[in-house]
Parts: sequence; C-alpha cells; structure tokens
Amino acid sequence: MSNKTELVRASLAKRYAREKRFRFYGLASIVLSLTFLVILLTTIFMQGWPAFTQTYMQLEVNLSAEALGVESTASQEKLRAANYDAVVMNALNARFPGVTERKQKMALKKLVSSSAAYDLQKQVMDNPQLIGTQPTIWVMTDDDIDTYFKGKIDRTQAEADRRIKDFQLAWLDDLAAKGEIERRFNVPFFTSGDSREPEQAGILSALMGSFYTMLVTMTLAFPIGVAAAIYLEEFAPKNNPFVDFIEVNINNLAAVPSIVFGLLGLAVFIQFFGMPRSTPLVGGLVLTLITLPTIIIASRAALKSVPPSIRQAAYGMGASRVQTVFHHTLPLAMPGILTGTIIGMAHALGETAPLLMIGMVAFIVDIPHGITDPAAILPVQIYLWSDSPERAFTEKTSAAIIVLLFFLVMMNLLAVLLRKRFERRW
Amino acid sequence: MNSSIILLLLLVLAAFSYFFGRKRALAVSNGNRGVNKLHSLPGYYGYLVVVWCLIPSLIALMLWSFFSPALISQQVVASLPADIQAADATTVNLFMNRVASMAKAGAIDATAEPVQQAAARYYMDLQANSNLIKSVLVFALAGLGIFWGLRKIAPQFRARNQVEKVIVGLMILCASIAIVTTLGIVLSVLFESIRFFQAVPITEFLFGTHWSPQTAIRTDQVGGSGSFGAVPLFAGTLLISVIALVIAVPVGLMSAIYLSEYASRRVRAWVKPSLEVLAGIPTVVYGFFAALTVAPFIRDLGESVGLTVASESALAAGLVMGVMIIPFMSSLSDDVINAVPQAMRDGSYGMGATRSETIKQVILPAALPGIVGAFLLAASRAIGETMIVVMAAGLSANLTANPLEAVTTVTVQIVTLLTGDQEFDSPKTLAAFALGLTLFVLTLILNIVALRIVRKYREQYD
Repeated sequence: MSNKTELVRASLAKRYAREKRFRFYGLASIVLSLTFLVILLTTIFMQGWPAFTQTYMQLEVNLSAEALGVESTASQEKLRAANYDAVVMNALNARFPGVTERKQKMALKKLVSSSAAYDLQKQVMDNPQLIGTQPTIWVMTDDDIDTYFKGKIDRTQAEADRRIKDFQLAWLDDLAAKGEIERRFNVPFFTSGDSREPEQAGILSALMGSFYTMLVTMTLAFPIGVAAAIYLEEFAPKNNPFVDFIEVNINNLAAVPSIVFGLLGLAVFIQFFGMPRSTPLVGGLVLTLITLPTIIIASRAALKSVPPSIRQAAYGMGASRVQTVFHHTLPLAMPGILTGTIIGMAHALGETAPLLMIGMVAFIVDIPHGITDPAAILPVQIYLWSDSPERAFTEKTSAAIIVLLFFLVMMNLLAVLLRKRFERRW
Repeated sequence: MNSSIILLLLLVLAAFSYFFGRKRALAVSNGNRGVNKLHSLPGYYGYLVVVWCLIPSLIALMLWSFFSPALISQQVVASLPADIQAADATTVNLFMNRVASMAKAGAIDATAEPVQQAAARYYMDLQANSNLIKSVLVFALAGLGIFWGLRKIAPQFRARNQVEKVIVGLMILCASIAIVTTLGIVLSVLFESIRFFQAVPITEFLFGTHWSPQTAIRTDQVGGSGSFGAVPLFAGTLLISVIALVIAVPVGLMSAIYLSEYASRRVRAWVKPSLEVLAGIPTVVYGFFAALTVAPFIRDLGESVGLTVASESALAAGLVMGVMIIPFMSSLSDDVINAVPQAMRDGSYGMGATRSETIKQVILPAALPGIVGAFLLAASRAIGETMIVVMAAGLSANLTANPLEAVTTVTVQIVTLLTGDQEFDSPKTLAAFALGLTLFVLTLILNIVALRIVRKYREQYD
C-alpha cells in the first residue's frame, strides 16, 4: 500500500470525530431554539392560565329598604343612587364582627373588589323585588386576595414583606374553611374594558379595537395589494424604469422597521391630514402600509405559479388580457393569495411599535363602537399591562398573550388548511 | 349630508347606472336580435356608465373634503376683529381650535367670549353651506357623468377597451402606493429632521456623547436645556444588536445546515414549521418574556457568581432578540444552501470528503454571498426591532460596552420621546424624527447592499 493511503487512513478517526461534532452542533442549535420556544410558551401558559379564573367570595347582604334608603317601588334613578357601598360594608362587618381598628377596617373593606357595589346595584336595578330580602351573593374579591388564593403569596415570608398581613390571613382561612370562597371562570376578563383595578380589567375593549383595526387593514390592504400584484405580474411592461422603481420600493418597504411606519402615520395621517389620534382608522391605515408589501409579494408568487398555458388557452378563445386575468388567472391564484394575506394579517395583528407612535397607548375603558372611537389594541394592552407593578397584572398580561396567541394560531391554521385544501400542482 | 352618506348614495346610484347602461346598450342594438352588432358585451356598457358616474364625482368629493376645512377656517380668521388677527400665529391657532371644537360639538358654549361665539356661529354657517355645495356638486357631477356615459353608447362604441383601460389604470394607481409610501416616509421624516437640525447642529447629533432630551417647558426654567448627542444611543443599539447576532447567526446557520444537509425528510417536515413558530410570535410577547423571565434570571445568575447585573441589562434584551432572529436567519440561509447545485456536493463526495468537509469547504464558500446577505438582513432586523428593547432595555443613555449594564437604543428613544402628549415642535419630539431618519437610512443601506449581494450570487448558478 502506498504512503498516501496510510496517511488518509490514519487521519480517518479524527475526520470522523470532526464530522460527528459538526453534526452535533447542528442538532444542538435546533434543540436550543426549540427549547427556548417551549420555555417561552410554558412560562406564559403557567403564568396566564390562573387569570382565566377569579376568586369569588360569598356575602350575605341585607337589602332592606332602610339599609338601602329606597323602596322597591322607587324609580330607576333612585335605585341607581342608593347606597350600595354601605350595604357591602355592612355585610363584611357582619361577617367579621369585632373589627374596630382603623387599619383593619380598611383591610376588611379591601377584601372585596370595588366592583362589588356596582354588581349589586345592577342586580337590584334589574330586579327591584330583591329589596327587603337578605340574599346570599357571590362577589369578586380584590386582586391581592385573588393572588393569595392562587398560591402566589408565600405565607412563610416575613409579615412586613407580604401584601397580605397575618390578621387578613386569619380571615381568609376562616372563609376558605367555611366554603365561602370559590374559584370561578373569569367572565369579566372577556366582557369588560381596561381598568386600574387588576381584578376588574378585561380585554374586550382591546379585542374590539384590534377587530376594527384589522377590519380597516383588511378592506384596504387586500384589494390594493392584489391589484398591485396583478399589475406587476400580468400587465407591467418589462424593463420599464417606472415598474422597476415600484419593485425596488416594494422590496425595501418589506424590510423597513415597522416603527418608521409609525413615524409616517404620526407625521402624515395625524399631523398633516388631521385624523383623530388613538383610533382604529389611523392604526388600520398604518398597518395597511406595513402589510401591503407582504401581500403584494405573496400574491405575485401565487399568480406566477399559474401556468402560462392557462393564459394562452384564454387568449386563444379570444379573451382580452383583463378578461383572462379576472376569469382565469386570478381565481386559480386565489388560494395562494388568501394564504399570503392571512399570514400578513396575522403579522399585523401582533404589531405593536407603530401603534404606540400614533397614540394607541391611551387608557381605554370604554368598548369602541366604530373605527373613529379611541381604542387600544390587544398587543398594546399587553404592553400597558406588562408595565403595571401589581402582581395580578402580570397574570393578566400572560392571559392576554394567550388570547393573542390563540388568534394567531387560528389564523395560521386557516392559512395551512387553505393551502392543503386548494393547493394545486401543475 | 356628511361624506359617508354621500358615498353610500353614490354607490346606490352607481348600481342603478349599471342597469341603465346595460339597458341602453341593448336598446341601441335593437333588442336581443341585434346584440351581435354591439362591439362589447352589454355589461361593459353598463360598467362604462358606472365609471363615468363615479370617477368625476369621487374626485370632486375627495378634493372638496380635503380643502374645505382649511378654506373655512381661513374665511373665519379673515372675519375676526383686527386685534385678534394681528396677534401671533399661536394665539390665532389656539383661538381657531376653540372655535372649531365648539362648531364640531354643534353647541355654542355660552360661557365663551362673545367674539369666539360669533366666530363659532360663522364657522358653523360656512360649514353648513360648504356641505350643501359639496352634496350638490357631487350629485350634479354624478348625474352629468351618467348622462354623458349613456349618450356615448352606440353599437360601434368600444366599451370593453375603455373599461379595461380604467381597470389597468386603477391597478397602476394601487401599485404606485408603494412609491407614495416610500416618498411619504422620506418626506415626513426628512422634513421634521431638518427642523430639528435647525435647532440642534447635525454634528452635535451625530458625534455628541451626551443624550438627555429633557427640554425646559418655560424659558426661565433651570437645568432642562436638553442635549442631543446620539452616540450613546448608537452604541447601545450596536451592543444589543451584536449580542443578538452573536446568538442568531451561528444558531440559525447551523440549524439551516442541519436541516438541509443532515435531517431526514420527516424531521425536516416537523422542525421547519416549529422554527417558524418562533418567527410568528409577536415581538411584544418576546419583550414581556425578556423583561419578566430572562432579565431576572440573568441578574440572579450574575449575582450568584458575584457580578452586578442591571435588571435591564443589554444581555437579556440581546439574548431574546437573538432568539427572535434565529428563524429569520435560518430560513434565509436554508434558501441559499439549497440553491447550491447538487453536482458540487457530489463532486466533493466523489473526492472522498466527509459531509462536514463538503459543507465547510464547498457549500459554505459557494453560499457565502447569500449568507452574508442574510446576515445583513438579520442585522437590519435587529437594529429596527422595537418592542423587545422598549420592554427589556433601559431608558437612560449609557455609553458602555459592558453587556451587563443597562443601555438604551434608538428605537427605545423614539418611542419614549413620542408617547404622551407633547407639543409637536419642540426639539424633544423632533429628535425622534431625526432618530427615525437615521434608522431608516441605516436599514435602507443594509437592505440594498444585502439584496445586491444576494442577487449577484444568484446569477452564478442559475
């Protein structure tokens, strides 16, 4: 055997080891990325899951006419003005008699959420016959109490560091032992707007804001994007400087940071055109500009994948170019176009930074009813809540993220299904 | 009548005009027997009438709605007493804002000054007049358009060609929106930046090392002169981007190599979409995760080995941003690696090279321009990323290269300068636009260079 073969053979073990190592690096990087994904999702789910339930407390309230100060026959106005706060306070005092110290009294009041009185008011106004009875009702507890029952407050911690003091713990243990505490599905989270009180804060206003914003984006971006794609793919002359310029612009816009679009929205839509700040209208316009390149690029790819023979057959039958496109090419490309559009919309739904620029960071309690009402959107709501110091808001933030991810997963699933169902290989 | 009702009525009118046009076309061709004499299908004549009905009237509606507010307020200002007109622009603007808001609410505030009340009344009168003229004008144009369109219908008239011309024209208009957007970005950012550079010299902005944008609200206030040296921001952006790229580039590249060269078809079919999930997660979620989970973890880890780590360390933000960019990097590298012809691999295997040797000595050199392009695009992503740094990086400018300290970035400053109510012409808000301009120019250059490189590379093998 020659010398060279010997050399190669001697180095083989080393080379194979190197090969193995290299392969391991590849596998390790994939495992690393996927591990991160798993950690991210599990952390958020673990944190956010409890927010879908809420701790309620049983209270026996005295709705006598004397306590409320109104008769059951009183007008709605008078029923509204009755003193429900006092009724709730009395019920708490009755449940825990002998609390006299001022600080403890304050703590007693803070057992239940400030929304308890409003709930009671609503119940009485809906059914004035309740006056004169002593019903047992379930009221929402304050966020600190809720956090405690979800096991997020460590009892062994020193009292001074704890949000819940020892005397409160005694009350809570008593309530829990007698079955007067219950965890229920958190309906207000889905039916109310933002609030300073964590237990009353909900995502409905943000969801509606996102909905209207997406509506504006969808109605503008889809037709404009598809029309632009059709022009560029089917009609535009080749080697035309104007067309080339359009293409260069689209490619660059696809890579411009989204915050720059926010600056554009602020300077052009709000400053120059004087459109109202914080509205889904302006948000939708900005997101339209952001998603347009994505939709155009995806639509062009879909149009390109329709084989030329389809077009030639249509021309052969005497169809004009416009007729060919609208009767044959576009319908065949539609599944691909829709898939691209849905993915673009999913991106737009998660977009946050440009909307901060146009003032969608306002604190919105009311549910928006149109595209010109001030609104927050879901990602911005997440950003706002994540800034809040209360422990309970962390939980809410994660829960809002879960809702956002749910919508994104749904949209992407729809896109995948569309692709699977209608994709054609020519 | 407000614009949306006018718009709705116009649409109804357009629907009718389609039927008129179609009917008219059938009538001029003497009913069904003569329909062959028509140049186009009868529907095209209908569409042509719709075009004539809608396009002039919509243009008029748009122009009127756009210009009338300015004209109205001009007239109101002209009607004001001389002493108010003589005042400086801000006072007049303030006065007009008040008047406009009263007029918009539709009720005149009885507590306002009599001059304001009178002006508001005049404003409302003018507005009502303007609305009336607008409606009359728009519907007159629509009617004229229908009339004109119907008159033009004749058997020899080439309606289809006309309608198709309009359709293609509309498509060109849609495609040009890309140009308008770019132009809008450049102009809006440039315009405000020029105003900023009139107040703050451009050299100070680009080379100054002190950033504290708190300007005084009143001129006699102390200590709030504001300094706009953006170097600490550039350094912070660079630091976080470098950390992100140090993670994303090797991990992304190795994942792409493993997926395209080693993984079996089944593994690839599962892993690739899972990696893309990382790209689909909104950045605000990454930001929340970075601020709430990663940053405290790194701080505790650092403290356990005796290091002081800021709770908003550059490392945490960079790390999470790196993970966010991994799928971006890997899918771009995947494309270029797959574009390397199989013959080159076969040649290398034929010479007895192992797979990793083939990858390192044949595929990577061949794919290098594409990978550099991917790297530049990833860098431009990292520089422009906003939410992660807004939530996980610091707010105060800090010129350091230590990844354990808190730094701030260009995007963070843009967001902090522009959220909240501020006057639009203070250097503080204008500074955000100057930063935006820097960001835009920087990412634009990176993108153009990256696309150039990628394109040049493609020509070699196709």
